[in-house]
Amino acid sequence: MAGIPHDHYEPKTGIEKWLHKRLPIVGLAYDTLMIPTPKNLNWMWVWGIVLTFCLALQIITGIVLVMHYTPHVSLAFASVEHIMRDVNGGHMIRYLHANGASLFFVAVYLHIFRGLYYGSYKAPREVTWIIGMLIYLAMMATAFMGYVLPWGQMSFWGATVITGLFGAIPGVGPSIQEWLLGGPAVDNATLNRFFSLHYLLPFVIAALVAVHIWAFHTTGNNNPTGVDVRRTSKAEAEKDTVPFWPYYVIKDLFALGVILIVFFAIVGFMPNYLGHPDNYLEANPLSTPAHIVPEWYFLPFYAILRAFTGDVWVVQLVQFVTFGIVDAKFFGVLAMFGAIAVLALTPWLDTSSVRSGKYRPMFKWWFWLLAVDFMVLMWVGAMPAEGLYTWISLIAATYWFVYFLVILPLLGLIEKPLPQPATIEEDFKSHYGQPAE
Amino acid sequence: MIRKLTLSALAALSLSAGSALAAGAVAHTEDFSFSFEGPFGKFDQMQLQRGLKIYTEVCSACHGMKFVPIRTLADPGGPELPADQVRAYAKELAAVTLPDGEERPREPSDHFPPSSLSNAPDLSLMAKARAGFHGPYGLGINQFFRGIGGPEHIASILTGYTGEEKEEAGSTFYENHAFPGGWIAMAPPLTDGAVEFDDGHANSVHHMAQDVAAFLMWAAEPKMMARKQAGFTAVIFLSVLSVLLYLTNKRLWAGIKGKKHA
Repeated sequence: MAGIPHDHYEPKTGIEKWLHKRLPIVGLAYDTLMIPTPKNLNWMWVWGIVLTFCLALQIITGIVLVMHYTPHVSLAFASVEHIMRDVNGGHMIRYLHANGASLFFVAVYLHIFRGLYYGSYKAPREVTWIIGMLIYLAMMATAFMGYVLPWGQMSFWGATVITGLFGAIPGVGPSIQEWLLGGPAVDNATLNRFFSLHYLLPFVIAALVAVHIWAFHTTGNNNPTGVDVRRTSKAEAEKDTVPFWPYYVIKDLFALGVILIVFFAIVGFMPNYLGHPDNYLEANPLSTPAHIVPEWYFLPFYAILRAFTGDVWVVQLVQFVTFGIVDAKFFGVLAMFGAIAVLALTPWLDTSSVRSGKYRPMFKWWFWLLAVDFMVLMWVGAMPAEGLYTWISLIAATYWFVYFLVILPLLGLIEKPLPQPATIEEDFKSHYGQPAE
Repeated sequence: MIRKLTLSALAALSLSAGSALAAGAVAHTEDFSFSFEGPFGKFDQMQLQRGLKIYTEVCSACHGMKFVPIRTLADPGGPELPADQVRAYAKELAAVTLPDGEERPREPSDHFPPSSLSNAPDLSLMAKARAGFHGPYGLGINQFFRGIGGPEHIASILTGYTGEEKEEAGSTFYENHAFPGGWIAMAPPLTDGAVEFDDGHANSVHHMAQDVAAFLMWAAEPKMMARKQAGFTAVIFLSVLSVLLYLTNKRLWAGIKGKKHA
């Protein structure tokens, strides 16, 4: 695939020609920045820039925090307070970093659901989707380990609970858990390896982001119609697209500005809103907090983990046919990882030939139900697992799987799609008419 | 032992979270009005100084504040004691024990002493380690205007005693409306008029509870004023930038979009 036809970088001056022959780096930057982009992208296409910004923000604030942080069980908590009290601007840097993680996840969830609605995962963008899922997994691992570093009560007990999930694997589980922790329990070895990996993974993410961008720059961006940019000639391609610079750079920067107003209002005026008060108590292995809750961005999957209890017939059936190897606890762990796995497999589960949800009358309803389902899971994940809540989480968790494993494959077969515009230009004109001369 | 802890954590994950929440729901946090609430809220310097006095004369008998450097008492946005008073104050505190067992007087560069009573929690971060409010609907968004309710929790505890006490396993517990579970091991620390202020400020239990809670909020978040100022600066500059980018974007796309259909 040669990409969308467009003008490539031509070195003009002597020095440019000299460099271009040896290292075509200016050309790479030019082609990346000037890439033809569908001109009908809506506001849901701004999250990529927000995510790139978040990654940069987290890496920069993180590197500064590391200069003052001490990864040792008896010093970590005090070193965070040292950052909050003694380091110049340290309180802002730490609050930016802590809340930056939340902004990162807000953006990634909107980015993922944008992709789900407009069919951005479909051929030929499956690789982009899979790399995106790897980035998402790396983000979750990074965020989880980062939350352990302040060594507060939630840090410690969150680490205990989450690594305990691996301990639920039959047979090898306890060995894996011990290997992850570097000992029989969460201790200094755990803190040190989490610190090391928390520093490493963002750079892995940065590399994956580069590949993610490379992949969709090869296939071209998806767009709200899901209709491909015409590639037969440069003239036709130009009718469907605008160069990324300046059109989308300015648009995305405007969106980023508005989002950052909200972000800085939270950092400035309620920086502990998304945190947990218990994490301002130093970790104490002898005192379990009354209420262990993960950070908000893990709650939907945490709800799925807890949803499948031993009294659900599916769980009992699986336990029976596997001779008890898959018990309720391990079933929950499988369900949690399975929930992410089905998301990653979406490109092969969706049988519809129509890309954008805009032209899929039945799909739309199921999609929005999934979005509501995600919010319900997030809410119920923060609630105690008792009474009505167990039923709500079971129903919501079941729908998550039904959507991906039953509805998506079936819809493609039974749904009658609406007519799609022939070209992006046609769709764009129906919204905006002729450009003013 | 450790495995047991892991198991108990997993059990807490699936089972006991609810009962704890139920027990916590009994505790009543009174919504005191503090000067530092909301984006425009500021610490009341006089209140922080009164709170420091109450902390020193009452709380510090058992509790400590090991994360708070004494010199920060002079910092802007806090009690702002003059430097000589901070030095004099530091000398009055418990001496610092050196590694060789020798003792030396405490300096402003040292931290407050840690708790002297083993089961009295350190108060450095107490105002952030307790959430009094979770509303509306458990979303906690009203903390934008009211804070998370940490200082309210502290003041509620100090004013929440009913006067009832009971003996259990050799310890005395005191009934307290604000404490989760309803019974607290701490004897009522404040009585009306227990601390005298030079300016003759009101010193009822209710007044002093708020003063010391405000002081502990400062101890937990000494940079609150700087943080809010940074928040305003960022919001204002980003708003201006966003307006400019909006206009730029509109102008930029005008040539592509043309007139919008009705």
